[in-house]
Amino acid sequence: MTAYIAKRLLAAIPVIFGLTIIVFLIMAMIPGDPATAILGSYATPENVEKLNRDLGLDKPLLQQYVIWLTNLTHGDFGRSYTMNRPVLDEVLERFSATLILAGTSLVLCSILGLLAGIVSAVRQFSWVDKSITFVVLIGISVPSFWLGLLLILVFAVDLRLFPASGMYAIYGGGDLLDLLHHLFLPALTLAVVATGVIARLTRTAMLEVLRQDYIRTARAKGVSENRVIYLHAFKSALVTVIPVIGIQAGFVLGGAVYIETVFQWPGIGSMLVKAISTRDLLLVQGGVLVVATGYVLFNLAADVVQTILDPRLR
Amino acid sequence: MKRLLAAMVAFAVLAFAAPANAQTPPNVLVVGQIAEPKSLDPHAVTAVNDFRILMNVYDGLVRYKDGTLEVEPALAESWTISDDGTVYTFKLRDGITFHDGSALNAEAIKFNFDRMLDESHPQHDTGPFPLSFFFSSVDTVTAVDDLTVEFKLKEPYAPFLSNLAYPTGLIVSPDAVKEHGKEFGRNPSGTGAFKFAEWEANAKVVVSRNDDYWDGASSLEAVIYRPITDANTRIAEMLSGGLDIMVEVPPDSLQQFRDDGQFVVHEQAGPHVWFLILNTKEGPFANKAVRQAANYAINKKALVDNILQGTAEVAAGPTPPAFAWAYNEDLEPYAYDPEKAKALLKEAGYNGEPLTFYVAEGGSGMLDPIAMGTAIQADLKAVGMEVKIETYEWNTFLGKVNPGLEGKADMAEMAWMTNDPDTLPFLALRSEAMPDKGGFNSGYYSNPRVDELLEAARRSTDQAERAKLYKEMQTIVQEDAPWVFVANWKQNAVTKASVENFKLQPSFFLMLQKVAKPQ
Repeated sequence: MTAYIAKRLLAAIPVIFGLTIIVFLIMAMIPGDPATAILGSYATPENVEKLNRDLGLDKPLLQQYVIWLTNLTHGDFGRSYTMNRPVLDEVLERFSATLILAGTSLVLCSILGLLAGIVSAVRQFSWVDKSITFVVLIGISVPSFWLGLLLILVFAVDLRLFPASGMYAIYGGGDLLDLLHHLFLPALTLAVVATGVIARLTRTAMLEVLRQDYIRTARAKGVSENRVIYLHAFKSALVTVIPVIGIQAGFVLGGAVYIETVFQWPGIGSMLVKAISTRDLLLVQGGVLVVATGYVLFNLAADVVQTILDPRLR
Repeated sequence: MKRLLAAMVAFAVLAFAAPANAQTPPNVLVVGQIAEPKSLDPHAVTAVNDFRILMNVYDGLVRYKDGTLEVEPALAESWTISDDGTVYTFKLRDGITFHDGSALNAEAIKFNFDRMLDESHPQHDTGPFPLSFFFSSVDTVTAVDDLTVEFKLKEPYAPFLSNLAYPTGLIVSPDAVKEHGKEFGRNPSGTGAFKFAEWEANAKVVVSRNDDYWDGASSLEAVIYRPITDANTRIAEMLSGGLDIMVEVPPDSLQQFRDDGQFVVHEQAGPHVWFLILNTKEGPFANKAVRQAANYAINKKALVDNILQGTAEVAAGPTPPAFAWAYNEDLEPYAYDPEKAKALLKEAGYNGEPLTFYVAEGGSGMLDPIAMGTAIQADLKAVGMEVKIETYEWNTFLGKVNPGLEGKADMAEMAWMTNDPDTLPFLALRSEAMPDKGGFNSGYYSNPRVDELLEAARRSTDQAERAKLYKEMQTIVQEDAPWVFVANWKQNAVTKASVENFKLQPSFFLMLQKVAKPQ
């Protein structure tokens, strides 16, 4: 197992660095440069040239990339010109906020999705199954940013039960309770779509498994129904569902971009959007590097769990 | 399974149990900003969003008089200008200290400008200073004595004083810059009504009252600036009581706040103009009659009333009325007169040649560029002008428009916000300001008389004289119609009804020293 994990990690390195090259090239190819973005209306060729020189952007592209890479090996991610602070500080701060949000959502959608899927499958075609399917389909179809705004309108503006935005209260607060309070609406919004996908998939996987001979045998042996469902059937179904949860982790990370914007969550998604529109190359590079690494690790974790569950894959 | 359910219920209960602490405390003002500030170093930033904090933490030598764009003394209590307009001598107020305790003196002023302008200055590397060209006319700065500082200019430059009133002219503490170096922008120290207290990245910037402020201490204990980038979220936060002031309210939501007695809506026209650059070098717009026809054909009133929902006023010429002293009151906007436009087009021999129109997707001061572009297209079609729209993302758009429209387009949207009536026409309407010469005259307008007037206005140090020159320039430019003059934006803000003495400024800066919020 250790050898497997090490191999996968090594394989991830060229993927991530290939990605940084692609991002670097894309950022270089899209029109507009940081100096123009900073200067706005005042971007005369003369001012742009001077600012580019001050920012070190007058060097050839390849040289810029090599400098970035060399600095990176020393743990120096460079300095963001829009945030005027070290990229690493900004990226780590933002990524931990995203992890809290996306991690909570992922746990939330896995639990809700699996539960809904199992109940649906066990009571196939009953009114419970139909109502779950109905709700789940709505969940998959609703745009998450719209749902987020709606939740803010109801729970923050009208009922004033939850704060409309931010991660902590701006005065007082700052403890775990305060965090949970701020986390509830965005985490729920972010979890909705993934919950739907996981629920649909779990239902199908469970139905498949429940038709197998060994389930019938277990029932015939007089094993209790709960044991049949949760121990025998669910464990097999999980093998199909786990990789999907891994993929959903990617979607949750991606969806965080909207949700972070809507709820003003100080995460890495909203940071990347801003960094791209202001052509903040180093911040984009740093952000992508961290997100990509996170994504690779998520998938690896999902694969490892799957391998543990399914001996055939070993 | 039961344990899982229990954990989830606990999560929900905990989340519900925390108090919804949406009310803001008395004497602490919470301001909803549109973005996280880049830096609190006034020389390193360019965004109005950052200026809203900086103007309350720092002072300049001069400042804009309340409610105007005219300069009055601030850190300098008086000044003299040499007859040839090249030497400005400022007398500083005595006894002022920076928030870090160091003294404000002539050497400190010299340090500020040398840091920005002198590439060999030991602290020049704490930049870059993107707007330092505001002071590129400065040759030397000399500390004559402890409280007298002298600026020698390379040539007469009348906008110098209003540039000093701009955030790029705010005075920072040399000691703090030396101590913090590149991190000064996160450890700022000025002389302003509020001193920096805390910056929690992406959550808030807190400034607290400067009890020793030379112009009277504020009644507010502190101001908290919260960055909320999404306009809908900003509105929700305002409605749920988490903000005391919110700036840049989308037009769609203004009415909602107007109808609600808990809020007060503020509006103030600013030094902003929204216009269409016309390509005067080639194609149909090389003919003045066609350019005038476009001005008559576009229903500007409908644009500002319907699309911008009253958040702007119809523009008459190249200079916004907010520059009250320099604005030509006699100028009437081009009327909406499609018949006259058709007649002019006929007279000019225009036969429906297709026109290319650059439209931006967004951008600083661009208001609602796509909707406006589409409405303009429809108005022009109504008089027989066939317009093809090309839409670009803002940075790409600037990259297309700034190098000039020749060979690419016939017209382009543009908006400018400036601090002196000199800036926009000088950079965008002179023969010497063509794109290949580093200017913004992307439509290649050229009129020798306009060149003369603008050069003379820049050399004159007499405001009345300058006003006369600018007024004549406006009359000529309106007649020549190198642009379609469309709108002057009104900045808006919403405050809670409990916020007292709040006022928006024509400079678009947010001045909070006199604001009170007793409850």
